[in-house]
Amino acid sequence: MSRLLTRLKGKNSRAEENGGVTMADENKGNGNNGKPGGLLTRVTAGVKEDVEALKTDLPAKAKEQIEILSKPTKTQLYTSIFRHKHDDTPRNRALGVLSNVFLHLHPAKVNRDAVRYSYTWGMGGITFYLFFVLTLTGVLLMFYYHPSKVQAFRDVLYLEHDVPYGKLLRNMHRWAAHLMVIAVELHMFRVFLTGSYKKPREFNWTVGVILLVLTLLLSFTGYLLPDDQLGFWAVTVGTNMARATPLLGHEGPFGPQFGMTPYNDVRFGLLGGSIVDANALLRSYIWHCIGIPIIASVFMILHFWRVRKDGGISGPAQVVLDSEVKEAKK
Amino acid sequence: MDWKQLWQILSAADNVPIIAMIPLLAFYIYLAGRQAFANDKLIADLSANPALAKTHHRRTWPFRPGWQKEVHVWPFLLRVEFLAAIIVTIILMVWSITLNAPLEEPANPNLTMNPAKAPWYFLGLQEMLVYFDPWIAGVVMPTLIIIGLMVIPYIDTNPLGSGYYTWKQRKFAISTFLFGFVILWVSMIFIGTFIRGPGWQWFWPGQTWDHNRLIYEVNRDLPDLLGITSNLWKGIFGAIVVGGYFVIGGLIVNGLFRRYNPKDYKRMSLLQYSIMMTFFLIMVALPIKILIRLLFHIKYLWITPWFNI
Repeated sequence: MSRLLTRLKGKNSRAEENGGVTMADENKGNGNNGKPGGLLTRVTAGVKEDVEALKTDLPAKAKEQIEILSKPTKTQLYTSIFRHKHDDTPRNRALGVLSNVFLHLHPAKVNRDAVRYSYTWGMGGITFYLFFVLTLTGVLLMFYYHPSKVQAFRDVLYLEHDVPYGKLLRNMHRWAAHLMVIAVELHMFRVFLTGSYKKPREFNWTVGVILLVLTLLLSFTGYLLPDDQLGFWAVTVGTNMARATPLLGHEGPFGPQFGMTPYNDVRFGLLGGSIVDANALLRSYIWHCIGIPIIASVFMILHFWRVRKDGGISGPAQVVLDSEVKEAKK
Repeated sequence: MDWKQLWQILSAADNVPIIAMIPLLAFYIYLAGRQAFANDKLIADLSANPALAKTHHRRTWPFRPGWQKEVHVWPFLLRVEFLAAIIVTIILMVWSITLNAPLEEPANPNLTMNPAKAPWYFLGLQEMLVYFDPWIAGVVMPTLIIIGLMVIPYIDTNPLGSGYYTWKQRKFAISTFLFGFVILWVSMIFIGTFIRGPGWQWFWPGQTWDHNRLIYEVNRDLPDLLGITSNLWKGIFGAIVVGGYFVIGGLIVNGLFRRYNPKDYKRMSLLQYSIMMTFFLIMVALPIKILIRLLFHIKYLWITPWFNI
């Protein structure tokens, strides 16, 4: 310890030997390596020059900048986001759809009569829009909801009475769900009446049927979540039917012979128990919020993609006369 | 006439969608029908005039030689979609502000709701429970509906009417679908929603829901009516009746289909034809079973130790 001290002292004494010039002084004055003029004068001259230059450069740059900003569509920021011009040319109209990830599901052009409401009724698009609304309101509802027997009903009361716009949120989710069921059924009705399931769209119709079933299941699993009498008894009635599943339900034909009891049949699997209780609430919640939406999304991707791949919207096509049908040779 | 009761049923929040759906369905049937008849007229004109058929643009919408057949999606389709989204949002907002989602008492397994109803879109199936055992109404029938819908494109061999509304070119397909969708699905939902009251009993609109009403309804089984007592013979008899329905019904439908739909009959393969027949006969069996029940108070036709039909 004492050795270290003497060493430090030694350093200090060496600095004093240099005529009392410390490191700081060295940097200030004598860093010019012996050239004449001194740093201070050179720095002042440099700054003066910079200021002079700025006097002319700044207005010039500002002018240039204003010119650039007055045409915002030419900026790098803009062109990096939007890849093409937007003046009204056929090319840009097409690119507006094709170069946009959210719109590129559309073709660039459609049958001029397909735009008319009377042919498509717009029900498929409305269904998709309602699914979007339901996802949005559903996620917001999830912030306030616990899928447990203790809390579920209270959360709904809390939503209805205390959460700002909570009642509106719940109402919108409920009515959008009902509206979606109606829209899906009307969509299917329209597709049938226009014969749009016919070649080459057969497979997409079956995908659509699956989506119809998934829509009904989504709506049904959500019915239990408020944990009120309405949902409870609706789900009880609904799942009681599963008891009667042939082979797989304990009250169904050949169920008992197949070894089914209330504790191992298909209803038990649906409810996570032999009665509609806490497990059923949780299962219903997970199917409603995660399971079925993911499955439905996959089928929706398939459905929309196939609409394009199968040749877009089916019509309004030219009418075909009976005499023009060429019978396939057998 | 109990107006209060009627209003209670009609204004029950969850019944509003089905009230909305009926005028909507009526409107869209009208809209489709109008276009179908316009197209049918065009088809008749073109068939009568082959020269016109070669030059006509073959749609009922106006078209002039200079017009483009296609329009840009941007903006012509996108603006329609945007408008539709706005209109749906407005409808949804107004609906949500004016009508509250239903919320009953907390769930209580000891206090049975009477009537305990499923969501409105399943009430058609619940109504079927009156006429069929749960395994048919709740499991087999939904499965058959789903599969039946899925096979439609594969059994409909008629190449006409693809991409336009028509009635005359697709009479069988459209009337079958209308029967299944409007008569069986929607009107059964309607009955389940508005007619069925406590105890799932039939209450006409405006009739008071009497929770203590008793109906003395004796439903018998067909084998008992005919005095068949042994279980074995009941089983054999029922199999004959149900099998007989499919054989005789199949023969009738086959006879009609051959005569009135000869081209489709010729086009369909054996597999397509038998699948179509099976689903068609099962679908027609529903109203027949309902009528047998309502007119003759017969519950089961076929009784076995494992299942009853």
